[in-house]
Order: sequence, then structure tokens, then C-alpha cells
Amino acid sequence: MFLRTVLALCLSASAATADVSVVIHYLRQDIEQPPVLSNLDPIPEDLGLRGAELALKENTTTGRFLGQTYTMEVTHVPPGGDLPAAARSALALTDLIVLDAPAEALLAVADLPEAANALIFNASAPDDSLRGADCRANLLHSLPSNAMRTDALAQFLVQRRWDDLALIAGTHPDDIAFADALHGSLTKFGLRLRSEKTWAFDADMRRTASQEVPLFTQDLRDHDILLIADEIHDFGRYIAYNTWDPRPVAGSEGLVPVTWSHVVEQWGAAQLQSRFDKLADRPMRSRDYAAWAAVRSIGEAVTRTGSGDTAALRTFLLGPDFELAGFKGRPMSYRNWNGQLRQPIPLVTDRALVAQAPLEGFLHQTSELDTLGQDRPESACTAF
Amino acid sequence: MLLLGKNTQKSVLIAGLAACLLAAPAQAEEIWVSNEKDDTISVIDVATMEVIRTLPTGERPRGIVFSHDYSVLYICASDSDTVQVMDPVSGEILHDLPSGEDPEQFVLHPDNRHLYIANEDDAITTVVDVVTRTVVAQIDVGIEPEGMAVSPDGKYVITTSETTNMAHWIDTQTQELVANTLVDSRPRHAEFTKNGTQLWVSAEIGGTLSVFDVETKAKEVTLEFAVKGVHPDRVQPVGFEFTEDEKTAFVALGPANHVAVVNADTYEVEEYILVGRRVWHMAFNADKSLLFTTNGVSGDVTVIDVASRKAIKTIKVGRFPWGAALRP
Repeated sequence: MFLRTVLALCLSASAATADVSVVIHYLRQDIEQPPVLSNLDPIPEDLGLRGAELALKENTTTGRFLGQTYTMEVTHVPPGGDLPAAARSALALTDLIVLDAPAEALLAVADLPEAANALIFNASAPDDSLRGADCRANLLHSLPSNAMRTDALAQFLVQRRWDDLALIAGTHPDDIAFADALHGSLTKFGLRLRSEKTWAFDADMRRTASQEVPLFTQDLRDHDILLIADEIHDFGRYIAYNTWDPRPVAGSEGLVPVTWSHVVEQWGAAQLQSRFDKLADRPMRSRDYAAWAAVRSIGEAVTRTGSGDTAALRTFLLGPDFELAGFKGRPMSYRNWNGQLRQPIPLVTDRALVAQAPLEGFLHQTSELDTLGQDRPESACTAF
Repeated sequence: MLLLGKNTQKSVLIAGLAACLLAAPAQAEEIWVSNEKDDTISVIDVATMEVIRTLPTGERPRGIVFSHDYSVLYICASDSDTVQVMDPVSGEILHDLPSGEDPEQFVLHPDNRHLYIANEDDAITTVVDVVTRTVVAQIDVGIEPEGMAVSPDGKYVITTSETTNMAHWIDTQTQELVANTLVDSRPRHAEFTKNGTQLWVSAEIGGTLSVFDVETKAKEVTLEFAVKGVHPDRVQPVGFEFTEDEKTAFVALGPANHVAVVNADTYEVEEYILVGRRVWHMAFNADKSLLFTTNGVSGDVTVIDVASRKAIKTIKVGRFPWGAALRP
């Protein structure tokens, strides 16, 4: 009954008016998930993809007013499938790829001859090596690195003066990578790791995890907070309240540094959350956010340059004029020495945003966001 | 959004109203403030600078605006998905208006009859006739419409879209878009000035204010801000208002916790005034000698003396004060 007026696409002189048609390919390598103790939190099958879809809708709305159109192709490669072959077919049609795959697979795609002039967004792999020695000029990272997350947590520990720490780490490669990043951050911010144990739930542990925890944590030296590296979310959930000493937990459980969480509601985030919820019928997660940020980055660059040319987009994305409003309170931009999207890191519990890094007092000569993760002077990346 | 004194016509209206008030029972000047997370409005008495009434509203009240004769107050009750109409004397909600989903800000056309409402969740601007209480039109705009402005002659209504990063120009005759101009990231607020020849738009994440020539719809100037001791990322312009002579603009800088004083002729920032935390919107008193800013995080209102450009008082209101409007 309401009259919805027809869009008048009259454009002003100041807006970029060239007709541009942008094709993005969302390419995903499905992987076998390792078994975990709890069945409480299944990983959504459309993780990541929904974020990309939302961003595509947003780009399309903006594009309507500017004569720019966006389309997205989606390919899922089954576990063990031929990702490079799928990448080649995708690259035959577009240079703009959002890639959801583990680090090795990402590099295999980035190193294809067909990808030489492509712009690939890593929306899934947190490996610090991809931002360092293994960086590639055609590979940008919309997902924060492990070090960005652990630096965020370390800043919080410094601010609270919780200097003495203990760590329990799992044995999955993701756990080990996260524990390595924690080590680096604790050193960087002058915190003391006083004891460290590996959780390998093997034949010596015959009771439930929660029953094992008091004994397991009895011999940890005095600590202010207990760090947990359990990125596959296997045992970590059973640690809190079961420790020998009453200590809060942080890291993969408890107080968690994240890319995104449903508890982020400031800075206009409530609107993004509700748009996502409406689209996906579930809360937005970190990987959804990374895919969203990748596709929105492309949209923002196309809007501002009026161009769909990959080289022009790359130059603009890495230049000083690019900024993405990411609903985290500060403009986000790409580090032009390793292709990482600078972004704040929320520190969250299940129910609330506790703090958001960079925290006040952690200063930097160019951007406070560069207090998180590898900074230019220590970067081993030479591809840029 | 404050609609007072934007042009001579309205000044005449105010003068006329003041004359009426002499005969009517004495009523003090008030600043009305919506408290987003308390579902209330705090009424501040300008003379005493104290909260004299707290009125319940619908959920998450944000934009507020009085009808031109001040007989009713319109309230964007965002989470109630409605615009409420309040009797400012009794504080009672008289009725609701259809508003589209999640109304955030709105502007009342000079005809005193058409409300243009930004529906933040729906990428739509809804036009409501407040007399017949019906939706006249819905106009597709960019994602997260927020800032609303109307030209003094009523010809154009502007909607800014926070995620699409545009100012959308709506022709109020046809209720259609006639132009879409790009601005910097997260445009939050828009105002016409200089007799309707200029449009100013603030960009929160961009950290800038864009000045457009209304005739050509081309961007003329981009203003930037630099507050000593505050990181540029935290300088986030949101609401702003012009002094009576339109020579000076006061610009709320959000989490920078300052209000910038901008020379509207030279576009130079002349001063930064420290106010409460996360300053968002503002309203002048009737003679524009005092400015009241809403400070979201600190839950208070700062009173700025316009002549001396000094903050002279802080008034505690509800949680997350958002909009402000004068009731003379």
C-alpha cells in the first residue's frame, strides 16, 4: 500500500560516474574439522560466505547510485579437492578473489601464473608467516593475524598489570600457532610467562576434562591470569572454574581477542549485526566479518576510484586515501608493506565487550592500530 | 535536529510566538534531550540549567523535533519502530505515526506537515503526513540512512547514508532522488546554511565536513580537524549547528570529546572546546547565546557559552543522551 518511488539515477558531477561491472569470486577450500569434546558449537557451513554476501549487497546498493554493478561467483572445493584447478577457472573470469583456505593452499593459489595480476583476499588464515616471509604482493589479508589478536590481549594484561602468566596449550597446529603468537606478544609487551603446559588428553587422563583440570593446574606457578591456546575449541571450555587456583582465563576461552563477535554493538555495529542476522539467521562471526571486510574493501575502492581495473584498485587499497568504516570505531586501512588490513581487536566474553585494542596509552608514530601485529620495522615481508 | 532560526521566516515565527507567550501563562525556555538507553527524555530548564522533568518514551529514543508551533514533539523511538507524538505540556504520548522500521533521525518540512524519516535498518527514507498519519512515500536510499536536512525553501530533503557514504538529494515535489553525492566515510549529519545555498555534511569515520554548493551540487570544500593530544582516528565529526548570523559552526567531534568552532566563511577551525565524552548532537537556546551538547558516554549535557566559547556547566541526564531540541 505504500508508494515506493522509483529510483532516479541522476548523478552529480562530483560522483564517479563510469559504468563499471565488478565480478568477485568467492573460493573456498573445505577442510575436515578435527573432532572436539563438545557438540555445543557446530561450525556453520556458510561461515565466511554469508559475510561476503552481505558486503555484496551493500556494494550493490552503493553501485546503484553510481552505475556500478557487482556480482559474486561462489565455488566450494571439497576436502582434498583440486583447489588450484578451481582457482584457475575462477581467474579466467575475474582478478578479484576472496579466498577461504588454509595458508598453504592460499599460497598455492597466489603463486599460480594466472594469479600474477590478481588481487586475492585472505579471509581465513591467521598465520603470521603470510604477513611476513611468506607474503605475496597479490595477497591482502582482511582477517587479522594471530599476532594482532595476541598483542591486543597483551595490551590489556599490561593495562591491568596482570604481569604473571601461565599458559595451557593444545596440540593442534592452530593451537600451537596461537601459543607461539602469545609467546611473541608477552615478550613484546614485557609480560612474564611463569609456567606452561601442554594439554594432550591421552591415556593418562581417564576422567572427564573438567575433572582433570584441578590436578592439571595444581603445579602452575603463581599467576594473575591463565592463558589458553585452544583454537579448535576442544578442551578450553572446561578450564574456567575448575582450576586449582581461582584465576580468570583468557586467550582462546574466557576473555578472547577476536576479529568480530555478536557482543560488539558500539560504533554503529548494531546495524551491521542486525543486517547480518537478517541475512544469515545467525550471529556474525570473525570469519564472516573478514569476508565482509574483503568484499567491502573492493566496493569502497571501486566507489572511490570509479574503476574496476585491478591494478588501479590495488594501488588505491594500499594508498593513503583508502579507509573502510568497519564498525569498530576507527577507519581501517591496509598496511602497504604486507597487505594486512589494520583494524581494532575487540576483547570479548560471551556476553560483553570488555575492551577494544589498541588500548589507550599504546602509542605509535603513524597509526595506533600498528601497535597490533607485525610492524613495518620488524616485517620480513619484501614482496611489497 | 534543531529547526529553529534557520531563516528569517522562522525568526519571525519565533518573534510572533514570543509575543503570544507574553499573553499565555509564563513558560520557561527548555532543552529537551532524548536518552537512547534509558527510554526517556530529560527536560532541562535553560534558566536554572537543571533537569526539571524526565518523561518516559518508547524504546531507544534518538532523533527528536518539535512541530513548528511547539504544540507537539516528534520522537524517533527506534526500537519500537515508530515515531511517537508527545504533548510537551502533559508529557503524554498522544499517538504514534507510521514510520517504517528503525527510525533514527528525521526532519520536519517547512510545511509543518511532512516528516522525512531515515529508516536505518531498511535503507529507506519514509515520508509521513503527520495530519493524515499516513505514509506518503518511501524512497530507496543508501545503506544506513541517518543524517536528515531540509532546505529552507523546502525544495530539497537530504538523507545521508552511513555505509553507502552519500548525501541523497530528494526533490520534495516528486519525492524522488535527483542527485547522489559521495562524501567521506560514515556521513552522520547534514545542514543547509547561507540561505540555503550551501549544504554541510559531516563524516564520522572520514573525520571531515564536506561543504556542497546547492546550485551545482558539487563539493566545494572539505574541512579537517586536529585536536591536540587526540589521535586523528578519534576525531569523528557528528552533529553541528550554526550561530544566528551563520558565520560560525559548532561541530561535535564524538569520541574526541571536543566541540570545534569553525569559521563558516573561511572554513578555519578557530577553537576546540572540551566537553563530555562522545559528544554527538546539540541545540541552542532561543537567542543562541547558549549551546547544549549531548555527551553519550558520560551521560550528561555540556552547556557552552557561545560568546566566550567556554563550557560553563555540565548537567547530568539519562543514559546515552542522543538528540536535543529547544522548546522556547
